[in-house]
Amino acid sequence: MMNRTLSRKLLGSMCGISSPRLSFAQSAVNTVQRQKELIKSRELEKDELRPLYMDFQATTPMDPRVLDAMLPYQVNYYGNPHSRTHAYGWESESAMEKARKQVADLIGADPREIVFTSGATESNNMSIKGVARFYKAKKNHIITTQTEHKCVLDSCRILEAEGFDITYLPVRNNGLIDLKQLEETIRPDSSLVSIMTVNNEIGVKQPIKEIGQLCRSKNVFFHTDAAQAVGKIPINVSDWKVDLMSISGHKIYGPKGVGALYVRRRPRVRIEPLQNGGGQERGLRSGTVPTPLVVGLGAACEIAQQELEYDHKRVTVLANRLVQKMMSEIPDVVMNGDPDQRYPGCINLSFAYVEGESLLMALKDVALSSGSACTSASLEPSYVLRAIGADEDLAHSSIRFGIGRFTTEEEVDYTVEKCIQQVKRLREMSPLWEMVQEGIDLKSIKWTQH
Amino acid sequence: MAASSREHVLSLYRLLLKESKKFPSYNYRTYALRRVRDAFRENRTVEDPKVVEGLLNRARDSLALIQRQVSIGKMYEVQKTVIEQEEKKSD
Repeated sequence: MMNRTLSRKLLGSMCGISSPRLSFAQSAVNTVQRQKELIKSRELEKDELRPLYMDFQATTPMDPRVLDAMLPYQVNYYGNPHSRTHAYGWESESAMEKARKQVADLIGADPREIVFTSGATESNNMSIKGVARFYKAKKNHIITTQTEHKCVLDSCRILEAEGFDITYLPVRNNGLIDLKQLEETIRPDSSLVSIMTVNNEIGVKQPIKEIGQLCRSKNVFFHTDAAQAVGKIPINVSDWKVDLMSISGHKIYGPKGVGALYVRRRPRVRIEPLQNGGGQERGLRSGTVPTPLVVGLGAACEIAQQELEYDHKRVTVLANRLVQKMMSEIPDVVMNGDPDQRYPGCINLSFAYVEGESLLMALKDVALSSGSACTSASLEPSYVLRAIGADEDLAHSSIRFGIGRFTTEEEVDYTVEKCIQQVKRLREMSPLWEMVQEGIDLKSIKWTQH
Repeated sequence: MAASSREHVLSLYRLLLKESKKFPSYNYRTYALRRVRDAFRENRTVEDPKVVEGLLNRARDSLALIQRQVSIGKMYEVQKTVIEQEEKKSD
């Protein structure tokens, strides 16, 4: 199964064309108008071997310890935690409260400050819309960044339609925000600053402690989407002066469909609830709390706390191994995002003169992604890469490698080998690569339509 | 006393490794083997008998957990991953 661009390149090289045909070279560069089909979705055949999983930012497999903790609540302890009159309810409630404590302990919070939700998307929606709408009378301004998760940006877009004023802070080339710029942007009528802790596409870690300090001094609430950071780097909401924090279950080897929101009690943060009903979860999120899922989330948080140092050490070693090998064997590889202020397990590399989708198709033995799962449906390059100022063609050649708790050295070596092999092969077929080898400066070329 | 407790620790260690090898999933299997080895190695020098007893209890719980999860893995077994084929080839 070949796409048009790839077949054209093959055709070009087979016909012995030495001078590059500008029309299809242009199509490789001018990517917005491409008509190529995306990687066809297709389930594995019965005997087909499963690809290696290297996409830990999209989701993570459940830790066996988490599944073990959840099963009793799926089989026998099936009571509703809000039932007050019988043992089924009491045992379910006690499990829910135990899970609450486990989540709170991981981030240095009080259990009463944790609200269970259906995931980080719901938590983000709740905090942004909730804070904005509650303090609407006096405060009308919200600040966020251009590299936030889609749910944050979309919530802000909806608020704009309601009449709020939103500032989308730009980021520097390394993906980090400028603290000075943030300080200047905060106004007396700013109610909320929302900046994610670790970015899911490029892995950069924002200076949360400094931002928290700044927001506290200016009396603005600070929300952070910590879905990719919880359980991976040490977090303390008091140290960081964070007022709201979103947590996702399926990013920390827990079940899908559950998350949590940390809502500070001192000083109190008020939220207008999104979901109304029986008043569960302090009235902030009505609805039966799914005991098996929150037990899973709690177990995942406890395991993450125990394994944090061990995992972090391993992931750093594996990540360095991957990057060193990759960069030493092939030229023109760019790592997107700050090399130091990052979580090591999320590596976003751009391979110049190679198309991202073609490389992903060629690496069919490894489960990878280019850009985040929620934006990969469209042909547009990731908005995060665009925000950090990546060149248009480099943005299209980016692949995100995810390393997690279960990744082995063999998997990393296999991935790197295959990647190097395929990049070399694709570059051989690329007319742009040919031109670069001949010493032509691609930026000086005037591409024309035929 | 010390000799038998050392025997005890070693036998638990061997049991844990034996059970971990049975995981059908490549990732779970390699993780369990690695984690068990590293955990025992890390706690090699612990002297305090109370702490040792606590660790051994955790090890026994982990053994039961691994046995349960191995059974579940076998019930819902799927195809092997690409890397397992590679390991077989290199052997």
